[in-house]
Amino acid sequence: MLVNQFLILAAILFAIGVYGVVARRNAVLVLMSIELILNAVNLNLVAFAMRNGSADGHTFALYVIAVAAAEVGVGLGLVLLIFRNRRTIALDELSEMKG
Amino acid sequence: MSVVAASEVLNPLSSGWFLENSWLIPIIPAVGFALIIFFGKRLPMKGSEIGVISMVASLGMSAGSAYQWIQRVGSAAEGQFVEPVIRTWNWWQIGGVNLTIGQSIDGLAVTILVVVAFISTLVQLYSIEYLHGDRRYTHFFAALTLFSAGMLAMVIAEDMILFILGWEIMGLCSFMLIGHWWEEGANSRAALKAFFTVRTGDMGLLVGVAILYFASNEWTTENLGVSGFSIHGISAWALSGEPNSTVILMASIALFIAAIGKSGQFPLHTWLPDAMAGPTPVSSLLHSSTMVVAGVFLVARLYPVFFEGFDILGAGGNLIMVIGAITIVIAAALAFVQADIKKVLAYSTVSQLGYMMLGLGAGAWLPAVFHIFTHAFFKACLFLGAGSISHSASHHSFDMRKDMGGLRKYMPITFTTWVISTLALCGVFPFSGFFSKDEIIDNVGNNGYTMFMVIGLVGAFLTAAYMTRATYLTFFGEARGAAAGQHETEHASDHGHDDHGHDDHGHDAHDGHGPRESGPLITIPLMILAVLALSSGFLNATPFGKSWEKLKDWVEPRAAVVMEVHASGPGESRIRAEEGHHSSPCGSETPKEGVCFAPQLEHAKFKWSKALLSLAIVFAGIALSWLLSVALYTKKNAKLVGLTSRNKVLGAGYRLLANKYYLDALYEQVIVRSVAGPISRAAYWFNQNILDGVLHGVSRTTRSVSSWTYRNIDQRVVDEAVNASGRATKGAGGVVQPVQSGKVSQYGALLFAAASVVALVLVIVNT
Repeated sequence: MLVNQFLILAAILFAIGVYGVVARRNAVLVLMSIELILNAVNLNLVAFAMRNGSADGHTFALYVIAVAAAEVGVGLGLVLLIFRNRRTIALDELSEMKG
Repeated sequence: MSVVAASEVLNPLSSGWFLENSWLIPIIPAVGFALIIFFGKRLPMKGSEIGVISMVASLGMSAGSAYQWIQRVGSAAEGQFVEPVIRTWNWWQIGGVNLTIGQSIDGLAVTILVVVAFISTLVQLYSIEYLHGDRRYTHFFAALTLFSAGMLAMVIAEDMILFILGWEIMGLCSFMLIGHWWEEGANSRAALKAFFTVRTGDMGLLVGVAILYFASNEWTTENLGVSGFSIHGISAWALSGEPNSTVILMASIALFIAAIGKSGQFPLHTWLPDAMAGPTPVSSLLHSSTMVVAGVFLVARLYPVFFEGFDILGAGGNLIMVIGAITIVIAAALAFVQADIKKVLAYSTVSQLGYMMLGLGAGAWLPAVFHIFTHAFFKACLFLGAGSISHSASHHSFDMRKDMGGLRKYMPITFTTWVISTLALCGVFPFSGFFSKDEIIDNVGNNGYTMFMVIGLVGAFLTAAYMTRATYLTFFGEARGAAAGQHETEHASDHGHDDHGHDDHGHDAHDGHGPRESGPLITIPLMILAVLALSSGFLNATPFGKSWEKLKDWVEPRAAVVMEVHASGPGESRIRAEEGHHSSPCGSETPKEGVCFAPQLEHAKFKWSKALLSLAIVFAGIALSWLLSVALYTKKNAKLVGLTSRNKVLGAGYRLLANKYYLDALYEQVIVRSVAGPISRAAYWFNQNILDGVLHGVSRTTRSVSSWTYRNIDQRVVDEAVNASGRATKGAGGVVQPVQSGKVSQYGALLFAAASVVALVLVIVNT
């Protein structure tokens, strides 16, 4: 069935995204990986919407895209400030919150 | 007047591979963009070859489409509506809503396609030399190619979705290209200003398209089988007599605001002169002949909507004409006080766009489109000429007063092409601008708008005068500054120079010589454009009779009533009268049966008496400006030099112009502050009085409650419990402390691991 292929693709994208978030040191790449995860979810939403023949999934996907845009805005702002303060965006050097 | 039966006059329309596959035209540069971005830096010419090749391919396709379109028009009967070649694909389909994207090729589309692809090709060739050695050379070509793709996509668009897509791609690319040398603060500010100003107008596009969709969708679905985004659907709906006049007026106003922003019309023209901060090829491509034309194209494309919404051809004029007329005069006046040669050209562009808008508003659709066509060639030539001067003669300076003068001896090719294009811009017979601009002015008068015709003539006078001043300052008189070989002064000056991208190589390459002619990659595009500036007017040379009016036949949609409408596009047309389209009811009344796709427009009869009047005005402008320039700049006539500082009225006028009518100050100081200021003050007041008041009240109450609680409950009951649990937590905390490493990726890993466990549990529980 066609939906399966969408779901498999979404799962692969999601896994790549998770790998990026966990393994990458560069904050910008981590943000990009988060985008991958979000878009994997979007793909799922659209695939299920197609199967159910309703527009709800599309609406949610659009909503997610809008929120993701805002999230990238905030995220890149954070990265910029971190860079200004520390001249690096390597995440593993940011461990002030160590308990 | 008798109705001719459909079968007698209809011919099957010819088509062809190029017309059917015109959607490839924007796809080619879009693919080129991706290739440049991914592989450009590794290629021998750093990606510029892909850009040039993709534009040449697009140009070939566009020329093929134009040729086959001409054949298609030729295969139609006299007065028969020539259907656009429409192909659509489903893009989004759910819940009964079916959105398509696709191409719609008609005369207007092929005209602009050819112009855009042609100018893009020449500009890319020119940029190979002009930006040689630039540090972001590859990215420059990528953005240039994507820009062309956006414009071409907008031009072929069958529906407003693709139209908006192309429109926004252009907005983004213009931002990237204007800010190409963003290291300089002024350049990135100019890029932001252009982007935000155009965005202000873009709101209108979204609103207008939404209004049109919701107003027309029902009618178009029922009658034409297309959605309310389809351009030909909207056009037919607008002329069907169906729409509510308020709705269509609102949609027209919203769309026109978008056109004002994109095409640099008053009062949103302020971004265009600042956008000259970009490299000169960018100015030539984006801000003279393609991007700023997008707004005019929007009006020309959705002409039936504006025709009905603004009651074009109605008495007394309309918003489009008023804005166009204001723009012509104020921009031309501003061009007089500029020292930067590119800014003169920028204001000249704004002013010429005003002519196009004036023409569209007055029902002179074809002359306006023709003016887009001719203006593209001569204005691109002028901008590239300015680039040639700064590249080879004035050492990257654009300041006419300081660094130019007397260049005609050193740069014969640039000088000749500049003069030809200037004469075309001024509208001197037989250069191309004469045929297009004069036709606009003539038609405006012919449709009964005498006052606007006078404004057009005043604009022609001003145009001739400021271009003469610029030409004089650049090429005549004595050489000054960098043009006289003084290299060092230019680096000390803090404005008007353009060498940010050339820092690493430019100075060495240009040391040790005075002004000279540019290389062949710069002069050959100039010569080609100059030839077209001279000759392109003959495509629609009204003075020589009907047989010369080729463009009118090929481009102007014929206002015939179309009887049978297929789901895939307009069907066969029927001619209502023996006189061809001269008494078509389209636009003036509601067709009883069938639909219209274009309103019926009048064309002025050419008269030499009118043409001679405007030519006399142009020559008067040239002569007066020449005399003044000689007196002011060469002879330094004591009566004229410093006149603005001695005469109060002239001084006030000069300050008004030098400050650009204080519009920038109005936007930045007054509007932005008046919006931002009160909001922040209100927020502060709310914070100080309301929130703080609530907080203080709450805290006083809390304090009295808490002191009682402290004495009675806390000390006696809770403390014991807390101490006990504290001991327990300390033990537990010690166990999990290593997890709290402060490393984000570790938290992420834990989060995903936990989510996986939960997901696994859910799967197990549910099966």
